[in-house]
This record gives sequence, C-alpha cells and structure tokens, in this order.
Amino acid sequence: MTDSTARAGLASPFVAHDDHAHAAHDADHKPAFFARWFMSTNHKDIGTLYLIFAITAGIIGGAISGLMRMELAAPGIQYLTSWVGTGSFDEALHLWNVLITAHGLIMVFFMVMPALIGGFGNWFVPLMIGAPDMAFPRMNNVSFWLLVPAFILLLGSTFVPGGTGDGAGNGWTIYPPLSTSGASGPAMDMAILSLHIAGASSILGAINFITTIFNMRAPGMTLHKMPLFVWSVLVTAFLLLLALPVLAGAITMLLTDRNFGTTFFDASGGGDPVLFQHLFWFFGHPEVYIMILPAFGMVSQIIATFSRKPVFGYLGMAYAMVAIGVVGFVVWAHHMFTSGMDVNMKMYFTAATMVIAVPTGVKVFSWIATMWGGSLSFQTPMMWALGFIFMFTVGGVTGVVLANGGVDNYMHDTYYVVAHFHYVLSLGAVFGLFAGWYYWFPKMFGKMYSEWIGQLHFWTFFVGVNILFFPMHFLGLDGMPRRIPDYPDAYGYWNHIASLGYGIMALGMVFFFIGVFWSLAKGRKAPDNPWGEGATTLEWTLSSPPPYHQFETLPKID
Amino acid sequence: MKLLPLLLAAMLAAVPGAVGAQSTSSATTTGTASGGSQPVMTQPATTNPVATNGGATPAAAAPQSDQPTIIPGVEPTGPAAAQAQGPAAQPAAQPAVAVPTLPVIPPFKNVGLPDGRMGLQDQVTDIGRDAAYFHDIWLIPIITAISLLVLILLAWVIVRYRRSANPVPSRTSHNTTIEVIWTVVPVLALVAIAFPSLGLLARQYAPPKADITVKVIGNQWYWTYQYPDHGGFELVSNMLKEQNEVTAGQRFRKTEDGPRLLAVDERMVVPVNSTVKVIVTSADVMHAFAMPAFWQKMDAVPGRLNETWFNADREGVYFGQCSELCGARHAYMPIAIEVVSPARFAAWVASKGGTMPGAAPPNADATATSPITNPTAGTSNATVAAGDALETSPAPNGVVDAVETPVVSTQGATDSRRSNQDQ
Repeated sequence: MTDSTARAGLASPFVAHDDHAHAAHDADHKPAFFARWFMSTNHKDIGTLYLIFAITAGIIGGAISGLMRMELAAPGIQYLTSWVGTGSFDEALHLWNVLITAHGLIMVFFMVMPALIGGFGNWFVPLMIGAPDMAFPRMNNVSFWLLVPAFILLLGSTFVPGGTGDGAGNGWTIYPPLSTSGASGPAMDMAILSLHIAGASSILGAINFITTIFNMRAPGMTLHKMPLFVWSVLVTAFLLLLALPVLAGAITMLLTDRNFGTTFFDASGGGDPVLFQHLFWFFGHPEVYIMILPAFGMVSQIIATFSRKPVFGYLGMAYAMVAIGVVGFVVWAHHMFTSGMDVNMKMYFTAATMVIAVPTGVKVFSWIATMWGGSLSFQTPMMWALGFIFMFTVGGVTGVVLANGGVDNYMHDTYYVVAHFHYVLSLGAVFGLFAGWYYWFPKMFGKMYSEWIGQLHFWTFFVGVNILFFPMHFLGLDGMPRRIPDYPDAYGYWNHIASLGYGIMALGMVFFFIGVFWSLAKGRKAPDNPWGEGATTLEWTLSSPPPYHQFETLPKID
Repeated sequence: MKLLPLLLAAMLAAVPGAVGAQSTSSATTTGTASGGSQPVMTQPATTNPVATNGGATPAAAAPQSDQPTIIPGVEPTGPAAAQAQGPAAQPAAQPAVAVPTLPVIPPFKNVGLPDGRMGLQDQVTDIGRDAAYFHDIWLIPIITAISLLVLILLAWVIVRYRRSANPVPSRTSHNTTIEVIWTVVPVLALVAIAFPSLGLLARQYAPPKADITVKVIGNQWYWTYQYPDHGGFELVSNMLKEQNEVTAGQRFRKTEDGPRLLAVDERMVVPVNSTVKVIVTSADVMHAFAMPAFWQKMDAVPGRLNETWFNADREGVYFGQCSELCGARHAYMPIAIEVVSPARFAAWVASKGGTMPGAAPPNADATATSPITNPTAGTSNATVAAGDALETSPAPNGVVDAVETPVVSTQGATDSRRSNQDQ
C-alpha cells in the first residue's frame, strides 16, 4: 500500500504538492478543486471531464437539430430570416448551412467521440485491464484540454464572416471549392483549425490507449482475455491513429488553398476537388467505425451482464471488430459514387463495402446467441442495449442498400442517406452511449440511477427517434435532397411527422436530465456490484465510486 | 416568406457577381470585359473553366462568346431570358424557324416529381426500371427479412429467456457450427445481392451510341444547358418564383410550370426514346445534376467533365433538384427536363435558334413527317446512320472540342492539368 501510494505520488506531482494540506495519505486522497479538475492526471477525473464536455456539446448540437427540425416542419422558410436578424434572405439561407455544419461537426467530434472514447474509454479501460491509470496521465490531460479550445474555435466561427453570412456553411464534409473559393472570411479557417486541434487531441488519446492496453494489463490478462470493451477501444485507437493524420493533411491543404495560393483542390491550378473527397473519406469512413466500435464493446459487456452468461463467441466478436476496422479503411469511395468515378472502381467499392456486413452480422448474431439460454433481466442499460441491436440492424441493412453503386445513383445525397446514418449513429452510437451511461452510472458516481426514470427515458427516446428518422427513408425514396431548408410541398407530410418525432425525443432528453440530477441528489448508494453475478469485469470488484487510485496491488487474472 | 422579394433582387445582383469567382484565367477576364452588352450570354462561357482548360487556349475559347445563345423564339420569360435577347444575331439567317410559342407541358400528377409517397418515384428509363426492380423486388425483401429475423430472435430470447422463465443461465459460449453458419449465410446473401448489383452497374456504364449530347453546367445557383449538336445554343435555367415574390411584370410560377421550388423558366428539352449523352460540369463550386425519375445523379465538378446518359421513353416533364451542397441557395436550383416527341424537339430547337444536326435524327420517320421545317434536314444525307450524327455533325464551336476530347472524368482532370501547363 505504502509503496504503491508513493509511486502514484511520483507519477503526479500535484498529489505530492497536496501532501502539505492533507494529513491523510491513502488511495482515496484527492487534490484540491483546481488541481483536481483543471490539471488532472487521474483517468477517472479526466473521463468525467470528457463526459461533462460531451453532454454540454450534445445539448448544443441537439438544440441545433431542434432549430433545423423547426424550420423543416413545414414547407417554406419560416424562421431562418428572423433568426439571422439582418433581413438578408441569402444570409438566412447561409444560416441554414451553418446549422447543418455545426450540428454534424459538434455531434461527431465533440459529442460522440469525446463521450465514447474520452469518457467511457478513460474511465473504464484502466479499470477493466486492472491498471492504476493510463500510461501517460499528463498527455491524457492535454488530450482533454485541447478539445476545449477546439470547441471554442468551432462555436466562435459562427460569429465571424464565412462568405454569404456569418459562420462556416459547408457541411461537415467541407468539400472544396465551396470551402475554398466559395467561403471567404475567417469562419472556415477557424473551423479547420478547430478540426486540427480536435484531431490532435484524438491522436494523443489514441497513443495513450494503445500504450495503456499493450503495456499495463494486469498479470494474467492476455489480449484474448481482455473484456470486449477494451478490445473495441484498442481497435478504435488504431483507426484514430491511422485516419486522423489523413484528415489533418487534407484540411491543411484546404487551409493553404484558402490562404497561401496553393491549388491542391483547384482545377484552374492543376488540382482536383475530388482529391479532397478521397482524402476526407479515407478519414471519414474509418471515422464512422470510430463512432460505433466502442458502442459495440459496451453493448457486449451489457448483454453478457444482464444475461448472466459469458459473451458468445468471444474471439469471433473481438476479431470481427478488427476485421471491421481493417476493411473500413478500403471502402471510402462509396461516399463518392456520383463524383464521376469509373465503373471498375465503383464495382470494387460496391463489393468491398458489402464485405463489412459479414463481421457486423457476426456481432449481431453473437449478441443474440449470448442472450440465448441466458437469464435476462431488463434494467435500463439492457433496454438500451436491446434497442441498440435492433436499431443498428435497421441502419445496417439500409447501408447494404446504399453500398450498391448502381442504386446509389438514386439515393446519394437524399434523405435516405440521412435516415441511414442517423439509424447507425443517433440510434446506434447514441443508444450505446446511454446504455453505457446507465450501466456504469452507479460505478462512476456511487449512486443508483432511478430505474423508473431510466425506463421512461428509454421508451420516450426510442419512440421519438424512430418517428423522427424512419420517415426520412420515405423522403429519400421520394427523392428529397439533403441539406435544404425548404422543400417542395409534397415532402411536407413526412417532414412534419419527423419534426413531431423530434419533440418526443426532446421530451425523452428532459427525462434524462431529470434522472441525472435526481440520481446524483437523491439516488441511493450504489453497491460495489449492483448487477449481480453477470458482471464479471474488474471494475465491479472495486468500490462505487472507485478509490482515487485503484489497483495499488495489481489483480491477478487466472 | 415576406422577405422573398429580396431573393429576386439579390439573385439579379448575384448573377454577374458570381462570374469567375475562382477562375483567374485570362479567358475569364477577357470574356467579362467584353460581356458588358451581353451579360448572360457571355457568362456561362467565361465561367466555365472546363471549356477554357479543355478547349486549350483562351483564344480558342473566345469565339464561343460570339455564338448566339438564346434566341427569343418564345415569349420573353424571366430575367435571364430577357437579358439573353441582346445578341440576336442569327434569326435573319433562319426565317423559317420563326415558330410560335410552344405550349408549356404541364407536369404529371405523380410521375417525375415527388408526391409524398413511401417509395421510389416511377421510372421512365430502362436503367431506372431495372434499378427500381432490383431495389423493390430484391433488396427491400432481403433487408426486411434480415430485420424481421433479428426482431423475431430478439423477441424470442426476451420472452423465452427472461429471468422468471429461465432462472439458471446456461454457460454455453461456443458453437463452431453455428458460428460458421452465420458467417457463411450472410456471405451468400451478399453474393446474391452483388451479382445483380454489379450487372446494374455494368449496364449503367454501357451506353448505346448517343443520339444527342447536352452539356450541363452548374452555377451558383442555376443550371445552364448547351446543345453542341444543335448549333451550340445555350439555355439558362432559373427557378421560377412565386407570384408574391416577383415584382409586377416578371414571370412567376404558374400551375403548368410545375410545383413550387421545382418549376424553372427554361427546361432542358430532349427527344423521347433517344439516348442523351449528358456532360456535367460546374462553373464555380460543386453541384449535382439529379433526375430521380431517370435514376440519374452526377456531380458537377469544376475542372472535370463527368459523362452520363439516359434514354427516357415517356413524354412529359420531370423534375429534380441540385444534390450537392453548393452554398446559400442550394435548395433553389431545380432541374426540369422535358421529354418530347422528335417533332416537338425539332420545333423547340428551332425556337431557340438552334439547328438540327446534318444527319438524320434518331427517329427518322418522325422527323421526316415533322410539320416543322428543318433547314438542314433537306440537305442532309438521309442514309447516314443515326448513331453517326454526333461524329458527322459540324463542330460549331469550342464547346464541342471540350466535350469530345476528355470523356472519362479522370482524363478530363488530366487534360486540364496538361493544358494548364501549356499555358
């Protein structure tokens, strides 16, 4: 005990510094407020910071989508002109583009990624592998605090000129020439720098996770005994490490095209706008797996826990994620089927994309087989995990439709695509997030959540998002393009239904926040393991919440 | 909506303002300078980097701006058409084509435009019907079956293995046979999807010989259509605004023009049952030329010539919308294609001051019986195969050069680089 505490002290000078103030010198010894939360090197505190950050960003990104659904609730421009306030119709339309851009970037880079990887990854990877902390605690802190200026830059960009009006209005894909010659003013530059910084943050985090998982597993925990959530974060970290530098390169070229006269993406100077699409999607497609793989891992843990059964086909599950990660790097151009590529490329990317359905199918069937013969209980985390499996399947099969290059001629850039990726993200990744939130809430905060409010949250959200996103399939099949603030009147009916669905979902989010505050204030104290014999991973062997420094004596795994 | 009149004023102001937003080539400068008296006509030519780059030197591109663009054969419609009347150079040479105004073809009730349905729009091309069949009869049943299978399995485990029904869980965690089955069966399902899918792709990329060629140029925020086989005339196609959004005397959308946000002042017109080669490019940012009823979508990329094709077999008018985010008015640049009889097509070409190609048009019988005098048809060699029309038609201007040299998009990019170095 003493030895390891001293070691922890060496690892963190702030702990040593605080020795003056605190006589107590034990595993639960915490630094003072500022040092603890602003100079943190503790993986659990940093994880909590990430979760707070992600929830904040999620509120902003979700509110933006609320504005969008308000405007889309009926044909015609209802609100944009009054929101923009300058009386300029073009600026009002530009505001729409700013909203869709901000919604996409915030949800991807500042909500889902920080929550899944920074939040739950930081909290539970060290706990699950029996490590005292992350490999590079100081770098972990840098990772988090880079996100804050990145987010401020992105939010700030909406208040500076971006071409037609204030803010960057190029969509989250920031395709040139709209993002170069089509967007004068500093807004786009600020958005690019924001992505640079967020990308650097993620790369540092990825290095940290890879090092931690490879070097700091408890004695006896071989790679093939690691919990699947750790596997999912390991694969995700490799995807981040390989994909984000490509994005950084692409947006750097965009930046020099904008400011220093290069013509990487400008045909009049010998460049090619489609080159940017290739670079962007070489990052962008792994990025979608970055957003879903950690959710896969969490769902695997939760299904096993609430079935009181070990995961079925563990190795298949682990290597299915590896396969998804590897194949995910060679399918990027299915996002560009209409950009004018030749038939052989289209055939290759059609076939390669379909291959991903195989490991994904293995995972879905393995989850069901895990439950088969189990003894299932349906607490809130399990409900979210079950919802995840079905909704992700629905989003996955529409992905198989879109994978067909010949079919994509019709579907590309229609609401069918919007429906597809919201089913895998807003109903996939976000269901995974909520599943993990309720599953680990007792562990993280030491209080039980309210089961009643949790179930209410699940059912309202489930009904809401399905009413919100399912009609978008119909809109897409009828040909409605993405990213338009006004649409032909024939699309009015399903858009109106979708906007009603948003309202139901928003109500679900109100229940979520009520549940969070109620649980933190009034929740009963959580036992070490509230889930019983099914919860077999190491975090449940610790107290709730875990001590500030855990595993000072490393656990041994048989 | 009260502020929509501003839209009009801003668009009028923005049209010349959008010229050559990014291009710095000398052709752009020249064209803009000389375009004072004929703003709309010169604009598409000069804002088209492809014609400039692909057509080699700025000097070669310059004559393009001397080509007549829109001849006021129809009633002056909208600001663009009104402005285009300036350089009416050719009507004197073709007195026979002074045809009366063609009536506007009203839209179908539920073909060629969205109607709020829960499925695909009706298709009027063979490719479209093939693809829709593949989607409706093959893909949808397969993905529905997969989703239902998962749903039923989930329901089964929820009911059968709930804690009260099965208090003691099994410890089974491996079964090689079933793992192989649920790997192999999806593979077979995907193979069953892949074969028709790749066949569809192959057909999409195997166009018959083109009967006519239309060059489609995306601009912020309107489309221009050039007809290189028919004298190289050009149309500027703007969205029609509502009556309460225009000032008195300006054209506004009427019911027969089509639905709100889809109706345009100048429709792209093509003959029925003809293979239309479409060359898509852009003058500024990326757009996408989309026509759901033809199963057609192609990005308009500045510096590239993307080629695609369709062959519509039902007369009527069909609507699509720009499908790549292109800035503020992305939602306000619809596409309307009129598919008409060969006779009406010839009349329409004449009304625009164009000429039918020297060779017999694709549907020789129909054209022969056409009541419309076609000045070139009489002198043409009727034995020339229809498919040769494109090759034998005289190249009227630099546009056709640009059209014919780089067909494959990547070649187009290479070509523009090369010519750029030449400069």
